[in-house]
Amino acid sequence: MLPEAGAFLRYQGRRHLQVALRRPSDIVGPLIFFLMVITLFPIGLGPDPTVLAALAPGILWVVALLSSLVVSGRLFQADFEDGTLEQLVLSPHPLAISAMVEVLCHWLLSGVLLALASPAFAVLLNMPSRAIPVLMTSLALGTLCLSLIGAVAASLTVALRRGGVLLSLLSIPLTVPVLIFGTAAVREAALGYDPSSWLALLGALAAGGCVLAPFAIAAGLRISLEA
Amino acid sequence: MWSIVHKMGSPPWFYRFANGAIAWLLPIVLVALVVGCVWGLLVAPPDYRQGNSYRIIFIHVPAAVVALAGYYVMATAGLMSIVWKIKMADTAMRALAPVGAALTFVALVTGSIWGKPTWGAWWVWDARITSMLILLFLYLGVMALSEAFDNKAAAAKACAVLSLVGTVNIPIIYKSVDWWYSLHQPASIKFTGESAIDASMLYPLLLMIVAFYGLFALCVLLRMRTELLTTHRQTSWLRSELS
Repeated sequence: MLPEAGAFLRYQGRRHLQVALRRPSDIVGPLIFFLMVITLFPIGLGPDPTVLAALAPGILWVVALLSSLVVSGRLFQADFEDGTLEQLVLSPHPLAISAMVEVLCHWLLSGVLLALASPAFAVLLNMPSRAIPVLMTSLALGTLCLSLIGAVAASLTVALRRGGVLLSLLSIPLTVPVLIFGTAAVREAALGYDPSSWLALLGALAAGGCVLAPFAIAAGLRISLEA
Repeated sequence: MWSIVHKMGSPPWFYRFANGAIAWLLPIVLVALVVGCVWGLLVAPPDYRQGNSYRIIFIHVPAAVVALAGYYVMATAGLMSIVWKIKMADTAMRALAPVGAALTFVALVTGSIWGKPTWGAWWVWDARITSMLILLFLYLGVMALSEAFDNKAAAAKACAVLSLVGTVNIPIIYKSVDWWYSLHQPASIKFTGESAIDASMLYPLLLMIVAFYGLFALCVLLRMRTELLTTHRQTSWLRSELS
């Protein structure tokens, strides 16, 4: 890597965070979406607290997945439209790492916030409070995986006119293991058992994703720009 | 060995190869399918637990096996397209995706038909069925992505990246769904040691699996040949071939 790579990446990270923080509605919006969809479930399934408590881990995780899909669509859109993405591809710095910085900043403002806000939503669904720390950890790790997978799909669909639904179509099969491990961890914790093996698997997915996804994202971005 | 891969990459050579291969593959596959179906559906003895309803295994298992293998063939074609820039590999990928998706669908539907008399339900969310459903989604994703791009070359590269990402994920998805829930019968065909399935049922099943592989190759070759005919219809080599 070039000697000024560190400064470049720090600048990239600062730019992404600054631009994102200038539009608070883009950050709060997905959280409100999360809240509204969670509200739909008791309305659809009935207000019985025991039923809701049993279904809470699954509901919270599925809605988190849907929120991450909604948010992933915007990941590279703005940079693609104003030409920043082309500059990133042409720059001498590795595209994989620039893309990774972008995904990490995006995750900090979407997934981590979701994980921090999740106790409130867990209370809405009457989930046992002993499972809440595990819920937060699993969501934090899981949304990292979901952001990475969403970024891979977003990099392939950013140049397409109607790429929104296609992005969901491509991401959802790949996110199934994350969903399985995340809900298993929260459910085990809600029942009082030890969730650490499931959390370890989530961590493994996150670690593997952090290593492999940037290359797929960089390849996808190059393909989209050439289209 | 690599020379044959390079030869396959040339449209005129592949067109002649496909013509020859289809000519001898078609009768062999037809015979194998007829013999396998008659053997499995009529000749093999009924199962002591399931009676005659197990016979759909002779269509269900081969379709599932070939569908799963087909995804890896598609990913390999994608790899060849991206790494070695072989244009025929793009054609192969576009041909493989719908055939694989159709076989996955056949496997799911026949499995569902099998499940009704044996388990009492049209659909059960067990490990293998759910994994096959996700495999169908992966195939449909590749098909949708290739349709969405206007630029064909970019579409092929995007599908290649997607199928490679899916390849890494398939073992993870399978294992995770396995851990999530399993009531599907464990694998009865083992290539080392004794199988849990009787020889009178094993041999027709193996024949049908081979026949389905042949059918898969036949369908893919036909689709590739058709695409060659449409894309290269103005070229001199194709005109001289057809005249």
